[in-house]
This record gives sequence, structure tokens and C-alpha cells, in this order.
Amino acid sequence: MKYVVLLMADGELPAWSGMSEDEQGAMIEQFGEFDRACQAREGVEILAGEALGAGDTSTSIRTRAGERHVTDGPYAEAVEQLGGFYLLEAPDLDVVLELLTVLPAYDMQVSPVVDPY
Amino acid sequence: MTAELDRVVREEWGRLVALLLAHFRRLDLVEDALGDAVEAAARRWAVEGVPDNPAAWLQTVARRRVVDRLRSEAMARRRHALIATDLDRQPQRTMADTGDVVEDDLLRLVLMCTHPALSPEAASALALRLVLGISTYDIARLFLVSETTMAARLTRAKRKIVAAGIPFAIPDLDALPARLATVAQTAYLAFTAGYAPASGPDPVRASLAGEAVRLTRTVRGLRPEDPTLTALLALVLLQHSRRDARVDPKGRLVLLGDQDRTRWHREEIQEAVALLESPSVVGRSLPEQAATYLLQAFVAAEHATARQVSETRWDRIVAHYDQLVSIDPTPAARLARAVAVAEASGPRAGLAALEEVDLPGSHRVAAVSAELLARAGERAAAAAHFRAALELCRNDAERQHLQARAAALAAEPDVTTAAGPPRP
Repeated sequence: MKYVVLLMADGELPAWSGMSEDEQGAMIEQFGEFDRACQAREGVEILAGEALGAGDTSTSIRTRAGERHVTDGPYAEAVEQLGGFYLLEAPDLDVVLELLTVLPAYDMQVSPVVDPY
Repeated sequence: MTAELDRVVREEWGRLVALLLAHFRRLDLVEDALGDAVEAAARRWAVEGVPDNPAAWLQTVARRRVVDRLRSEAMARRRHALIATDLDRQPQRTMADTGDVVEDDLLRLVLMCTHPALSPEAASALALRLVLGISTYDIARLFLVSETTMAARLTRAKRKIVAAGIPFAIPDLDALPARLATVAQTAYLAFTAGYAPASGPDPVRASLAGEAVRLTRTVRGLRPEDPTLTALLALVLLQHSRRDARVDPKGRLVLLGDQDRTRWHREEIQEAVALLESPSVVGRSLPEQAATYLLQAFVAAEHATARQVSETRWDRIVAHYDQLVSIDPTPAARLARAVAVAEASGPRAGLAALEEVDLPGSHRVAAVSAELLARAGERAAAAAHFRAALELCRNDAERQHLQARAAALAAEPDVTTAAGPPRP
């Protein structure tokens, strides 16, 4: 199955800007560790994964009454802090949940990708 | 014949669902096929007699139904999502399996139904449906929703299992205790639903709570050494042992102290007390959830083993509540502790302990205050608290009890008027 993992918010993690270089390095290393854990796990593959720009660099598009409105900022408050995402191939939800314990403790959302067949 | 069919369905449903799922991995087909097999049994056993191995008969018929459905689907060239199993994963993983294949399939089924990615209410209902084979109608009655609402809830839960890839699998040994703790929460939710005060008393719901006891017993049977499931089984057995004495013939609530203790189920109490002394819980450090169940069970056991109310060891009960509040400081635990303190050390001490309880919107604090004020001789204050409690209470049986208590208080001869002017 394919899953999208959204890194929704920092949760109880300290703010990135307030961390020392060492602390930032340690956090980046956790992402490397996640890559390796996924590689080591049979049936698991990271198909895509990116960090996103801050909420104030995003742009929203809404079409209302047929008219397209392009505005500054994220679509909703809930995704203001959306920090990044992964697209994973994995055998089941439990494997995904287990692997995600390797990442820093973000608030995350896991959604299955709809299989069109 | 019908009795035999009922017995097989009752005892073997979960194993049959688990076996068929292990083989076909199609949650949508398996439950329907088994339902069809039970219908066929009702018709054919009446004519042909009960087969030698009724469970195997049902399995064979259900299996044939699934195969038929799979064939017709293959003809329609439709592809269906399968539920994932641990067989899809790398084979060298350390499994918690102990060897008994069928029992492990049953555990896989239980863990799938109670996965933390499902809402607790849905998980609870699904476990009753798939593990115990309780009808949707009865589950709806237990949770006080309409049958349509419950059917929709069950369908949504099953759809999520397939769509989100919740596996039919046993996790690694180090992850299993946490998952069994979720199983315990799910079973306890089903149990408390049966005793949750509803709009009125319903003895059928108490017997449905008995099904939650059966669920707990079934799951603990799969992992008897698990402390959380052991403590929970003791707790629900003790609470359930009082079912026949909790309501009088007119459907009114009977308080613990006034219950006819000869109507408590002694064999269940003995079983629970034995569990509380078993190596699964004694002499080892327990996870928090196991400890909270265990302490509540200790309290229930103190009541259950006191021959009469006057022999209740309130000092020991207060000690159990002190421990409970220290690990799980919920308002409900503090309230129960205050009641026990009042019994052990008098109403004034109880009222002092009540000051720590913050339960906005609930009638219980006011009701307990009223009772303790009455015992302390503060009748005006007691009457005011009874009125406050009645304003907040929405349960028929409890309202009747509060009204009766308030009326009894008002009817008591006023000792203070004889001695002088009434106190404010």
C-alpha cells in the first residue's frame, strides 16, 4: 500500500530557530536514520519526501462562484505549520507507525493513498 | 437444535471469523458468508440433525460462500483491497506467537478490531460483533444508539480497516503489551456502556455488559500472563457479580450498602479474588493502566468479601484510593476517595476531601455533599445540595433515589427545634 505522511506541526518539539547547531544536526540525523530504517525494512520504500517552506511562503487558490482567488498564506490554520511530507510504500499501517517512531516527535497524519484499481 | 446452533455461534464465532480471515483476508466477504452459513444451519440442521462437528460444518459452508463470491468477482474482473497480514512482512521478525495457530488467529482478529487507529467506540462495537458474534441490534442497545447508527458505525470501521491497511497481525513482542492495553480499554468501554446510567433501567443492558466480561475473558485467555487484562478481568467480574442486587424489582437503583449480598455471584467473586492473587499481577511492577484497574479491583474486592456493610474495611479502601489518586488523579477517583474517607473517618473528613474534587456539570459532587451534610446534621445545607444535584441529574433511577433521600431528610423529626431555634 501507499501512504502519505504529513508532518503537521511541531508538537512539543523545541522551535528550530531556538536550537543550537548541534541540536539541529542531531534532528537532521533522525531523518537520515528514518531513511535507513525504511531501506532496511522489507516491503518499505520512500517514494518521495520533502520539507516545505514556512506557511507565510505558501499561496492559496480558491474558486468561488466560478471566480478564482489567489491569496497569500496557507489554505487553513490547520496546515499553517505543515512542515513536510513523505510518500511511502509499506505493507500495512503498523509498519508505518513503527517506522515513524524514528522521526522527531512531530504531530503527524498518516493517510492511505487511494488505489484506483 | 436451535440451542445447539446458538451455542456454536456464541462460542465459536470469533474463531470462525479469524480462520476465514486468515485464509481469505476479505473482511467484507467473511462476515456475510458466516451469516449465510448460520442461516443455512438453521434450515438444514432442523431436517438433517446437528452435524458431529457443528463449527467445522459452519466453516465449510462459509468457506464455500466466500469462494463462490470470489469466483463471481473474478468473472466481473474487479479487484478488491485485501486486508494486510503479517505474512506479507519479512518472515524473520520476532513474533509473539506461542504456537497455537487458531488461537493466534483469534488474537490477530482482536488486535485488528481494537487497533488504536479506530475510534474507541467503533473498536468496542466491532470487537463485540466480530469476536463474539453479538448482533448489531444488541450492540446498538448496549451503546444506546439506533440499530441503523450502529450498523453504519460498524461498516465505517470495517471500511477503515481495509482502506488504512490496519493489519490482521500480531505485533513484535515489545509492542504487544501496549496493544493489549488498548484491547483492555476497548473491553472496559463495552462493559461500562452496559452500566452507564441511561434514560432508565434496562436489565437487558446489564446482561449485555456480561458479554463485555466474556470478551475480556476470551482475550485474557489468549495472553493470561498479561497484567492489564488480568487486572481488568478481576475488576469487571467483581462489578458484574453485583448485577442482580443493583436494581430492585421496581427497577430502582439499590446502593451498595443496601444491596442484598446473598444475591451477589459468589463464584465470580472467588474467581476475581484468585486473579488478584495470581503471579500475573502480584510482585511485579505494573504499567499504569494495569495498576489503575488493579487498585479499583482491590476496592471492589473489599466490598465483595465483606459479609455485611458494617464489616467493610474502609481504612483499606481509603489506602487503595490514596494509591489510585497518586497515579491517576482524576476527579472520579478523588470523589470515590472522599466517599471512602467519610465512611472511615466521618462526614466532616469526607466533606474536606470533597473540596479537592472538581467535576463541573456533574450532579455527583452535590449529591455526595448533600448526603454527608445530612449525616453531619446540617439539614438546610443538605437540602440545598440535594436540590442542586436534582437540577443536574438526568438519570431516572438516580433522580428517584435523590428525591427519596431529600424527602426522607425533610420528614425527619427536627431535633434542633426541640432544643432551641433552628440553625441557619
